[in-house]
Amino acid sequence: MPDIDNRRPGWWTRFLEMPNDRPAKTLILTLTVAFMGAVLVTASAVLLRPLQIANKELDRSLHIEDLLRKLPRGGAGIVIEPRVVDLATGEYVPGIDASRFDQRQAAMEPTESVEVPAGTDIANLSRRARKAVVYVGSRYGKAELVILPVRGQGYGSMMYGYMGLAADANTVIGLSFYEHTETPGLGALIDTADWKAQWQGKLVSDGAVIRIGVGRGRIEPGSNEAAYQVDALTGATWTGAGVNNLLHYWLGPDGFGPYLAKFRERGR
Amino acid sequence: MKHPMIRTFINPLIGENPITLQVLGVCSALAVTKTLSTALIMSAAVVCVLTLANVSISLIRNQMPKNVRLIIQITIISSLVIVADQVLKAYAYGMSKQLSVFVGLIVSNCIILGRAESFAMKNPVRLSLMDGLGNGLGYTWILVVVGGVRELLGTGKLLGTTVLRTGADGGWFEPAALMLLPPSAFFIIGLLIWVIRTLKPGQAETEEFQARFPVERKGKR
Repeated sequence: MPDIDNRRPGWWTRFLEMPNDRPAKTLILTLTVAFMGAVLVTASAVLLRPLQIANKELDRSLHIEDLLRKLPRGGAGIVIEPRVVDLATGEYVPGIDASRFDQRQAAMEPTESVEVPAGTDIANLSRRARKAVVYVGSRYGKAELVILPVRGQGYGSMMYGYMGLAADANTVIGLSFYEHTETPGLGALIDTADWKAQWQGKLVSDGAVIRIGVGRGRIEPGSNEAAYQVDALTGATWTGAGVNNLLHYWLGPDGFGPYLAKFRERGR
Repeated sequence: MKHPMIRTFINPLIGENPITLQVLGVCSALAVTKTLSTALIMSAAVVCVLTLANVSISLIRNQMPKNVRLIIQITIISSLVIVADQVLKAYAYGMSKQLSVFVGLIVSNCIILGRAESFAMKNPVRLSLMDGLGNGLGYTWILVVVGGVRELLGTGKLLGTTVLRTGADGGWFEPAALMLLPPSAFFIIGLLIWVIRTLKPGQAETEEFQARFPVERKGKR
């Protein structure tokens, strides 16, 4: 008995033979494509994440090495040691492994962080960790450099960076941002070598008030601001203001102020 | 007559080059060609995305519902672009920082959607593969020329190695700062188009319309 002719075609064939514009087919095809796209994107993001995190860490440590290299003789002979600082008292906190301390994580833990009151929250932090990891660079036990982690709202998002200060806690060694999403070509110029180089040798305060920051337009050498301010970035007013705000916050009394006073006093 | 596979591959290199003939994808050609290395990485990303997008769209071309085809094409392309971005972040972190948003902007590169819509939707998988590779390499060689010229004349270096010693380093070469600015890419692409259209006059566009009241030039009569 020939039964091949009246066999119904399989579901796959029936699907393929369905007119393309039938809503059911449109829906199935769209969902399938979207699902496969999602799987592809998720897989790549999850599988590659460990490598990406390692890259970020490496990049962050390169920024610290970069600051070190700006010291006289390229920072030869200087040993960098990470230390945990209590921001309120300005004292080093013993008993915490600084290399394991995660300041960003701490800023999110209710017990490990404090709310920044609206009046003083110029850098738009809303919460900050009670403790911070600073990097002290010393030669034969004498501190020559301290690197402070700073962050603050820019135009795109939070900008994360390091500020290096000399032993007087007032002369800038350098400022560099390792993570930000400022506009390429405008605000993102904050991590170009030319602009970063301007920070070297600037002074934080004149002894009474904090005057460091991004100026307005070009800062003429010899002007009142020349010792404290760097050139503005064209087309990046918000970014410049963000940099100013974060410097004023973190170098001020609510940030590293107490620590820097003690650092200057004890010389380490 | 050449084999259609080879013809599909060769054609977009000069004859139907996406940048110089169709003037597509110029945005990224301006943005990422300051140095040769960024141009190379960007081109590699575009070649991968373009080829894979062409192949996958060609695979489902006969089942594609007409009314949502652009959405489906963009879904495929953007998934591939995100993967390319993730791979760059994992294996070429410094480069991905320099390219920043421009990798993500490959989605809006007209070349890719253009090839999907005009070629991959109508042609079999193998031809679409060759078309993707061909257009990708057509884009690549323009970017490499522009990036190479800009880096060489702007800094005296190629891929970071000094080729022409600059005056500041005790050589004779005076770097042209203009080359480091995006408009210089326009000039170089413009010159390339001029050269190619002089060699192949067929590429020159015909005038689209005639002025209704032609202005007479002074002193011509």
